[in-house]
Amino acid sequence: MFIIFVLNYCSYYMSPRPLRLRKISNPPPVSGFKPYGNKKSGTIPDSIFLHYEEYESLRLCDYEMLNHHQASVIMDVSRPTLTRIYAKARQKIAQALVQGSQIIIEGGKVYFDSEWFTCKSCGCYFNNPEKDAEIKNCPLCRSSDILNFDHKPLDQEETITYCQDVCICPDCGHEQQHQFGRPCREEICSECGKNMIRKGTPHSGKINK
Amino acid sequence: MKVAITSTGNSPESKIDQRFGRCSYFAVYDTENKGIEFLPNPNKEVQEGAGPASVQLVASRNVQKIISGEFGIKIKSLLDSLKIQMIMIKEPEKTIQEIIDMLNK
Ligand SMILES: [Zn+2]
Ligand SMILES: [Zn+2]
Repeated sequence: MFIIFVLNYCSYYMSPRPLRLRKISNPPPVSGFKPYGNKKSGTIPDSIFLHYEEYESLRLCDYEMLNHHQASVIMDVSRPTLTRIYAKARQKIAQALVQGSQIIIEGGKVYFDSEWFTCKSCGCYFNNPEKDAEIKNCPLCRSSDILNFDHKPLDQEETITYCQDVCICPDCGHEQQHQFGRPCREEICSECGKNMIRKGTPHSGKINK
Repeated sequence: MKVAITSTGNSPESKIDQRFGRCSYFAVYDTENKGIEFLPNPNKEVQEGAGPASVQLVASRNVQKIISGEFGIKIKSLLDSLKIQMIMIKEPEKTIQEIIDMLNK
């Protein structure tokens, strides 16, 4: 009974990708920040270059108050990578504050998601490649009955309970998607009934023949 | 405007191919002169990089929209940066002709 539920739950998140609501990641509203009231006249400290992905990690973790796991899912990077980017971001901000440096936000590897919509009339999914142009109709059937994924009220927002990690059965090698916050060993293999472990951990590599 | 549709075959009766990078054909439809061109996808069998290579192929035809069943995360970011619109149809039974009829409505 329980296993069936878990599997259904997984397939719900895994098969129709567009249901994975991806939050729109907005570019910063300004290009940077300038200090004022320099008390050490004559010395102009070097500018600090804050990369887009560093800005984005700060926005998600400290502004949206997401945890690292959730932020890593949204940014589509592994959690260790997210933690590294975030640490770098904080270090740079601290440096700028202490040294009185200008902050220039630029570069980096992050791309900004376009907004996604679904058409209630024909059932298709589509994005808006032109950020500045408003989308009013389905590009396929022209229906105006479209729904924007990204403008859902905050309290209806999906909580992220999945990630890119995989649980693996140490016995038969069966894999399933790991659910955030649920220890793998509490998952029971649907093939043979053994407790599962996290794929990619040192001991799972040995077992996975 | 040109629209690419991933297709399982090379005729308007063929069904939409749900895969983007490894689809069998790209049906490139020109909404102005109503012509369809079927391009065999050379990346169908490649081991790696089928997605980006397919993006290059359709982008080289100046396509503004791509209709398929699914786009991977990397493909989404590539097409985002090229400002090519993605449309996903989750109906494997839809034929190329049916999709073109929708576009012409
Ligand atoms: Zn529609
Ligand atoms: Zn097992």
